[in-house]
Amino acid sequence: MGRYVLRRLLQAIPVLLGTTFLIFAIVYALPGDPLQALAGEKRVDPVFAAAMREQFHLNEPLIVRYGYYLRDIVSGDFGTTFRGLPVSTIFEGKFQVTLKLALTAVIFEGIIGIGLGLWAALRRGRWEDKAVLAVTLLMVSIPTLVSGFVLQLMLGVKLKLATGIDFFPVAGVQDGVRSYLLPGFVLAMVSIAYLTRLTRTSLMETLRADYVRTAIAKGMPRRRVLGRHALRNSLIPMVTYLGADLGTLMGGAVITETIFNLPGIGQQLFLSVYLRENPVVVGIVTVLVLIYIVANLVVDLLYAVLDPRIRYE
Amino acid sequence: MSNDTLPATAPAQPTGPAKGKRPASLWSDAWYDLRRNPVFIIGAAMITLFIAVSAFPGLFDTVGVDSSTCDLAVARKGISPQHWFGTDNLGCDVYSRVIHGARVSIIVGIVSAAVTGVVGGALGLLAGFYGRWVDVLLSRVAEIFFAIPSILGALLILAVIGRDNAGITSVVFALALLAWPMILRIMRAAVITAKHQDYVMAARALGAGPGRIMLRHILPNAVAPVIVVSTINLGAFIAAEAALSFLGVGIQSPQISWGLMIADARNRFVEAPLPLLFPALFLSLTILSVVMLGDAVRDALDPKLR
Amino acid sequence: MVTNPSIDTHPLSAEVGQEPLLAVDNLHVEFTTRQGVVRAVNGVSYTVHAGESLAVLGESGSGKSVTAQAIMGILDMPPARIPKGEIRFRGTDMLKLSDQARSQIRGQRIAMVFQDALSALNPVFTVGWQIGEMFRVHRGMSKRDAQKKAIELMERVRIPAARQRVNDYPHQFSGGMRQRIMIAMSIALDPEVLIADEPTTALDVTVQAQIMELLAELQRESNMGLILITHDLGVVADVADKIAVMYAGRIVEGAPVHDVYKNPAHPYSKGLLDSIPRVDQKGQELYAIKGLPPNLLDMPSGCAFHPRCPYRRDNCVTDVPPLYEISGTRGSACHYYREVLDGTLG
Repeated sequence: MGRYVLRRLLQAIPVLLGTTFLIFAIVYALPGDPLQALAGEKRVDPVFAAAMREQFHLNEPLIVRYGYYLRDIVSGDFGTTFRGLPVSTIFEGKFQVTLKLALTAVIFEGIIGIGLGLWAALRRGRWEDKAVLAVTLLMVSIPTLVSGFVLQLMLGVKLKLATGIDFFPVAGVQDGVRSYLLPGFVLAMVSIAYLTRLTRTSLMETLRADYVRTAIAKGMPRRRVLGRHALRNSLIPMVTYLGADLGTLMGGAVITETIFNLPGIGQQLFLSVYLRENPVVVGIVTVLVLIYIVANLVVDLLYAVLDPRIRYE
Repeated sequence: MSNDTLPATAPAQPTGPAKGKRPASLWSDAWYDLRRNPVFIIGAAMITLFIAVSAFPGLFDTVGVDSSTCDLAVARKGISPQHWFGTDNLGCDVYSRVIHGARVSIIVGIVSAAVTGVVGGALGLLAGFYGRWVDVLLSRVAEIFFAIPSILGALLILAVIGRDNAGITSVVFALALLAWPMILRIMRAAVITAKHQDYVMAARALGAGPGRIMLRHILPNAVAPVIVVSTINLGAFIAAEAALSFLGVGIQSPQISWGLMIADARNRFVEAPLPLLFPALFLSLTILSVVMLGDAVRDALDPKLR
Repeated sequence: MVTNPSIDTHPLSAEVGQEPLLAVDNLHVEFTTRQGVVRAVNGVSYTVHAGESLAVLGESGSGKSVTAQAIMGILDMPPARIPKGEIRFRGTDMLKLSDQARSQIRGQRIAMVFQDALSALNPVFTVGWQIGEMFRVHRGMSKRDAQKKAIELMERVRIPAARQRVNDYPHQFSGGMRQRIMIAMSIALDPEVLIADEPTTALDVTVQAQIMELLAELQRESNMGLILITHDLGVVADVADKIAVMYAGRIVEGAPVHDVYKNPAHPYSKGLLDSIPRVDQKGQELYAIKGLPPNLLDMPSGCAFHPRCPYRRDNCVTDVPPLYEISGTRGSACHYYREVLDGTLG
């Protein structure tokens, strides 16, 4: 196990370097003046530009500039906003919002996705199974953009008009946990469908596995065969999925927070794009990508805990 | 194998011989399955319609999308004989705009899926076939691109490119740049499996060159999973385009995109939901048709995944 | 003339005497598939006494494994169905028992060893956990005691350094050692009947002999009834007391092992024997049974073996042969078994 962890950590280093370089290259190597790109819509004053070139080391070779950029990231400097504030200050208070939103989504995903998936797998081929497949087909076809507005209108606005009770607040975070219910579900919807299908296929596959037959032949009670022998093995692909899904959730959070007016990182990203505050865009994306890589590292380690074949490779 | 009708405990034998009644090859077998699959037929019919609409919007629209057809006096009106889907904030005909919006979705989806399929597929073929440093290099590079969630990455790329240069090309570029590694991985794995098959060994022993082996022997046997994933990706690209256009970095006005229409209708959404709901509905229907197609193709080409 | 369980009587019946431990009686198993109903087992009968070894021989698809799975009660129903027949364990028809009662027998009194131990053992649990599970679940033992028992069992099947290896995972063992673990798990609760389904097929030849030896030895020690399912006549001779040869879901010959080896009474068993490579026939072409195993969805008329039979006569195409009784312990489902025995046919 120790060797696996060490190897996996070492492997993450080139990915971290490569990914930060990629982000750096996107900003500086794409067509257009990087200064203009960083400045956004504002006209660039020549004197200011010269100073900026100096400050951003734009006269140095690309690789040296990357070195500076990397040094900034490591020291926690993700750039400066137009008002001269460090980008990192923007994160304050916003991370909690996004984290709560993501957590709500993951809880929905886990409960509904895994639950429906198990149910469908155990009723394989019957109408319940087919209904789950049809519903998930619809769910993956409705993008967050659509489900967000539609559910906001139906469950938020219309339901409140019809009943006079505000079941699901549709904007802001003033209502605590309740504020996150609808956005969390919207954010999770596509992922719920995928996780349902993955759980279903995965469990169906393990239920056919020889070791499940062995467990039955050992006289193990049905609950134990399912819960210990089959489910434990089905978890492996599901955990892998959760890692990759975090990326989808991050992208979806931008849309969801914008629709529901949640003051999180996603909404900030949208606003910064809107205001063409590119340093902030770059800073936020960099932070989110780093979180994504680290989260996937954790998932990989979890994977090893679940599957001894990986651990002792 | 049609083994999925039997559990693992059943004898492997009985289902085998019955296969003989059907055509033997993977492709003709798949086509046989597809023609009989209602999911495929409905999906294919829908997507054909959407492609026709995007190719010849003039045949389907009512008043066109010229700014002269808009009339602020009838802004945000409901469904009427003149305006089947009502009118938007500027008094433009929503139906005509929805019809014209199909083009962007279809083009971005198909071109992005094709570009990632070809680029990722070709690189995956090389990585899987040559192995060693070629594989190490390509796989490492792919891993780096893979580590950036695609919507975030595309948002960054498009923000840097700037709104003035944004359009279909830049959206396709941003989406494809981050999506090819997934195809590379799938192709690479399929090629490595195919490479060790007996017929490839035999072709090699008979002196076939690497190019011939790759294209004639390995590719046809490794391309199925790539087609499956590319079809599924197609839907994701269409959704991504709408999201990026909604966020303001994708397609720009006066071009028409469903994502953009949703963004424009957003502010008066509660009082006038139609201008938002109709593009949303058609966006979902387009994705649904592609997802149905993908589901059917996957079932046909890879019965194990069922 | 037609006797069903004609191999009911043990060749050593003087010692065993009483009722068989396990009796399969006119068992039928069918599978509903998309292509139609597959009749995998068509009226199979055999018995096993305590301390006795029965080898069930046949190609894949002959129904030998399905019969074993029916005995264990691990067939998936549906698609499987048992329209007819009995499986009596100590006189009780297990097919009539409740699920509850059945699972009290399964694993504890009738146990099974599977072919491929790598896939039959759960990859994510240690071997000690998997063996110990028998004691924890069925005997309510503590984790610690179960672990101790697991080590004892691993030692009993002669796994070196059992104490150190008890916390290893299946993939860390060699093929032979994995099969020993599978065996240890199956004998954990001293079952009365052990079914070994092709226990050596996945193994190297040298290891095969060791595993067979281990099985034979464990059987002698504990006086279990052993059902050995195999397609390999070569492994049977030393271990089995009697043989049931299966073809297309039926028993075509049932007899004490030496009778079959000396002089088979069915063209199919004769074909199987002739296809074993022998040192004294070095240089000669090896015999092979012509044709393919039958399609169970579309069974040949009459005797299922007739399309491949070198001794075929006209009535073989039309009449299904019953299991003719040759002697008290022997039967053959061939219309011309006398001629096959005498070597006067073909």
